[in-house]
Amino acid sequence: MLKFATKRIGLALVIAALSVTLLFIIIHLIPGDPARTMLGPRATAEMIADLQARMGLDKTLVEQILIFFGNMLRGDLGMDIFSNRPVATIVFEQLPHTLALILSAIAWSATLGIFLGCFSAVRRNSLADRITGVLAVSFIAAPAFVIALYSLLLFAVKLKWFPAIGAGEPGDIGDIIWHLVLPSFAIGLSWVGYIARLVRASMLEIMGEGHVRTARAFGLPENWITYRYALKLAILPTVTVIGVGMGFLLSAAVFAEIVFSRPGLGKLVIDSITTRNYPVVMGSVLVSTILFVASTTLSDIVNAILDPRIRQAK
Amino acid sequence: MTDTAIVKTRGEFADVIYHLVRDPLGCTGFVIVLAFVFAALFADFIVPYDPIALNIKERLQGPSLSHLMGTDQLGRDTFSRVLMGSRVALQVALPTIGGAMFIGILLGMIAGFGSRTVDNAIILFFDTIRSFPTVMFALAVVALVGPSLKTVIFVIMMTSIPTYGRVVRTQTLSLRNSEFILAERSLGASVARILGVHILPNVMGPLAVLAAMDIPTVVGLEAGLSFLGMGVKPPTPSWGSILNDGYTLIRNTPWIIVAGGIPLILTTLGFTFLGEALRDVVDPKLRGQK
Repeated sequence: MLKFATKRIGLALVIAALSVTLLFIIIHLIPGDPARTMLGPRATAEMIADLQARMGLDKTLVEQILIFFGNMLRGDLGMDIFSNRPVATIVFEQLPHTLALILSAIAWSATLGIFLGCFSAVRRNSLADRITGVLAVSFIAAPAFVIALYSLLLFAVKLKWFPAIGAGEPGDIGDIIWHLVLPSFAIGLSWVGYIARLVRASMLEIMGEGHVRTARAFGLPENWITYRYALKLAILPTVTVIGVGMGFLLSAAVFAEIVFSRPGLGKLVIDSITTRNYPVVMGSVLVSTILFVASTTLSDIVNAILDPRIRQAK
Repeated sequence: MTDTAIVKTRGEFADVIYHLVRDPLGCTGFVIVLAFVFAALFADFIVPYDPIALNIKERLQGPSLSHLMGTDQLGRDTFSRVLMGSRVALQVALPTIGGAMFIGILLGMIAGFGSRTVDNAIILFFDTIRSFPTVMFALAVVALVGPSLKTVIFVIMMTSIPTYGRVVRTQTLSLRNSEFILAERSLGASVARILGVHILPNVMGPLAVLAAMDIPTVVGLEAGLSFLGMGVKPPTPSWGSILNDGYTLIRNTPWIIVAGGIPLILTTLGFTFLGEALRDVVDPKLRGQK
């Protein structure tokens, strides 16, 4: 187990390092100079040279990457050009809002998804199963930001059941949850579909396996078999999907944060793009990428702990 | 027995159509997709009004017979804008998916047929690309280059390559030691011939399904980025920019958001249903099992 975890974490570190490098290279291949873009068309040559030096853009690409990695390992993501505060501080101020949104979305969508998947697997090929199936596909297909807009329009603007703007009073848990409902609903909806389909498929597979037949042969009650044995195994793939889902949710959260004017990583990036605050954009993208790599790694390891077959295979 | 006989007399393509028509959801999806492509191709002839012509006197109207989906803050006809928006969606979806598929096939085949080292290197490359949350990555690039459709196409293409590449690699790996490939090799066929003539046709089926399933993602991403102001430039109508107009006017009129969202939801649903039906046809093991 330890060997699997070490190997997996090693791979994750390599991937994280590569993706940071790739981001750097793409930015250098793209025509355009961050310093020039940030200062706008009226900047003088000296101003540009000065900013380039401050951002380290006058060094070679390899030097820049190495310096960047060095700083990153010390938790230094550069300085915000406007407020002169460390980028890391700004990003980590916003991160909890995004994490709260994503985790709440995972929580409700996984609960409902597992229930629906189980529900339709037990009633395989019935009308209820078919309807759940079509619903699941429709949820998957609906773009999160359209759902966000529609729910804003219906539940916040027209019916006024939920607030339209912000993340709620800091410290007031009830108010924070109140503000989370709509954004969390919007980005979680398609995951209900994914998880329901996944759980249904793996339930059906497991119900056909030998140990379930043996349990039946021993005369165990059908409910006992379904919920105590089959469901326990059928939930496993969900763990992997949630790890991968983190990336999709980080993307969807950008839209939810804009639509509901919530603070968070996505809003930070968009605001920083409009003000051409380049270091903050890079810092936020970097943190979200590392978060994504970490969550896929974690879910793989959790999966290996839960399912011995995976450990053996690698 | 008779059933297989009938299937054999029909061509492969006719077979696909036959199974599609019998599946109600697949059929619905197919019709929606046809309508979408038709709207995108002939938008110029169908639009009742010029989609960028201003008409301040008739601004912010609700749906009526003269304006099917109402008008926006500048009096532009929303229905015409939605129709033209389908063209932007198609303009982004086709090159993105075509490009990603092409590079994905190339890399996937090289990975599946090449040596272990090459395979590992390509897999690592795929994993690296997949480690970016798509929208975040797109925003990082847009921040530098500035918003444009080309940027959107480039970014979505880059991030979709692994999806196709991985499927092609798995298929190639499972086929490379099959008997007909070994026979072909022993006859002295070149690698290019084996890959192009023998392996390619075998990966096209799953790829077509994947592409149909991927179009909703691409169309949604384009609309999303345009909604954030990172895609098309005004006054070009995209479903995303229409939704953005609607969002800023949400307290004045609900109709722009409603009108901008419906075609987006319909299109994504249509392609997903079509993709699902295609998958059942391409993978006969699933047929009738559902």
